[in-house]
Amino acid sequence: MAEEHLTGYRRPDGRVGIRNHVVILPVDDLSNAVCEAVARTVPGTLALPHAYGRLQYGADLELTFRTLAGTGANPNVAAVVVIGIEPNWTQRIVEGIAPSGKPVEGFSIERFGDLKTLERAARVAQLMLQDASELRREPLEREEIVISIKCGESDTTTGLASCPTVAQVVDRHVQAGGTVIFGETSELTGGEHLIAQRCIDEAVRARFQAMYEDYIREIEASGANLLGSQPTQGNIRGGLSTIEEKALGNIAKTGTVPVVDALEPARAPTRRGLNFMDSSSAAAEFITLMGAAGAVVHLFPTGQGNIVGHPIVPVIKITANPLTAETMAEHIDLDVSGLLRREYGLREAGDRLMALIDRTINGRLTCAEALGHREFVLTKLYRSA
Amino acid sequence: MSMSQAQGQAREERRSPSAAPGFLIHNEGDHVAVAVQDVQPGRHSAVYMDSEREITITVLEAIPLGHKVALSDLNEGQAVIEYGLPIGLARRPIQAGQHVHTHNIRSARWQKSI
Repeated sequence: MAEEHLTGYRRPDGRVGIRNHVVILPVDDLSNAVCEAVARTVPGTLALPHAYGRLQYGADLELTFRTLAGTGANPNVAAVVVIGIEPNWTQRIVEGIAPSGKPVEGFSIERFGDLKTLERAARVAQLMLQDASELRREPLEREEIVISIKCGESDTTTGLASCPTVAQVVDRHVQAGGTVIFGETSELTGGEHLIAQRCIDEAVRARFQAMYEDYIREIEASGANLLGSQPTQGNIRGGLSTIEEKALGNIAKTGTVPVVDALEPARAPTRRGLNFMDSSSAAAEFITLMGAAGAVVHLFPTGQGNIVGHPIVPVIKITANPLTAETMAEHIDLDVSGLLRREYGLREAGDRLMALIDRTINGRLTCAEALGHREFVLTKLYRSA
Repeated sequence: MSMSQAQGQAREERRSPSAAPGFLIHNEGDHVAVAVQDVQPGRHSAVYMDSEREITITVLEAIPLGHKVALSDLNEGQAVIEYGLPIGLARRPIQAGQHVHTHNIRSARWQKSI
């Protein structure tokens, strides 16, 4: 089914979303319980429980703030209730979301307790949900869509077929004026020079190289044997032998367009085109950072069958591994294993993925959405105080 | 992209499934081919993805889907080439037709990943 028009929700800040969630956002681990209670009381709202937000400091705290505020500001979100244990950091998150222009209100638990907070927050959440239900999809232009990409539980079929299929979309989307974000800093090892060569100017190249070298220095300083972690046990089972081999397959999904910027984690792109973001390759952490940066749909090539989803960013899974397509069919949105059998070419696989993206933009639920995969995982830079 | 265009492409590019190769090879000059089905020892077709050239290779041991086979003999310590680039070093001599994986190659970059 070809979509004649793309539609989405145009937010007050001009960005467009493809979903219309009302989010109940905890500032910290302690506030998860009441956020989930609000979401139960006002079904149709969505709580985003997570594990952190207490006694963090410095760059780690800033990243948590940026991730939470960015998630609230994501254009797939219509309105946000923020709940924290105390008012100060709660207000920080509210103020981080407010520039998006969408409705946002904060509540703190101290001096009220969970039950009074539940009532106060649920009354606001109810009105937000009713108001959001009146927002209508409007026509949008393809280039307004921000796409993120990352593969997971990769094997050699990702490098042969599912990543090159995504590359077709990356090139077409960027050439149409759109924005794509990739990352996975350590997982470029062995092919990092290919990304450096594609950086649009010396400033971007220098930023990219500094990010890459910092990340690798940190990993190497651990002195750990990474075999089994990077590449993962699943990668190895699927036939990947080294980080270099995994990286070259990973990079195969970035297409051929220039890299226009090198972003800190959870920073929204300011330049159209292909953006690099300094990030872990762990799937849920990665997609959480992308959602915080404003990605509204994620393309996820998988080999052995990673099942990740995200609460507000639809995740489209693409596999070329026929065993995975058969045994894990409920997780796979697009099977391109025909590429391995040479039944069709990359251009046709790219057409199929474009068509599926268009349907997802227009409202079709992904496998991960339908199965309730809502992984929301903050990236922690170091231990808390 | 309309449906009719997509179907046009499909007709143009579609091949007979019976021609499905046992292996694909990323680039001319690579040292390894990747099994795209479970492969038993014997002679199998392999297709280069860059040149479309098809060759026949002799495989010495069973290669699971997604795993690699050596296309030429490799010396201990030699860089192993896939995608036209080094993906690691041979830990020991590898014979053409043998399974190539973590038991006989290792990362050249992450020295502690052994």
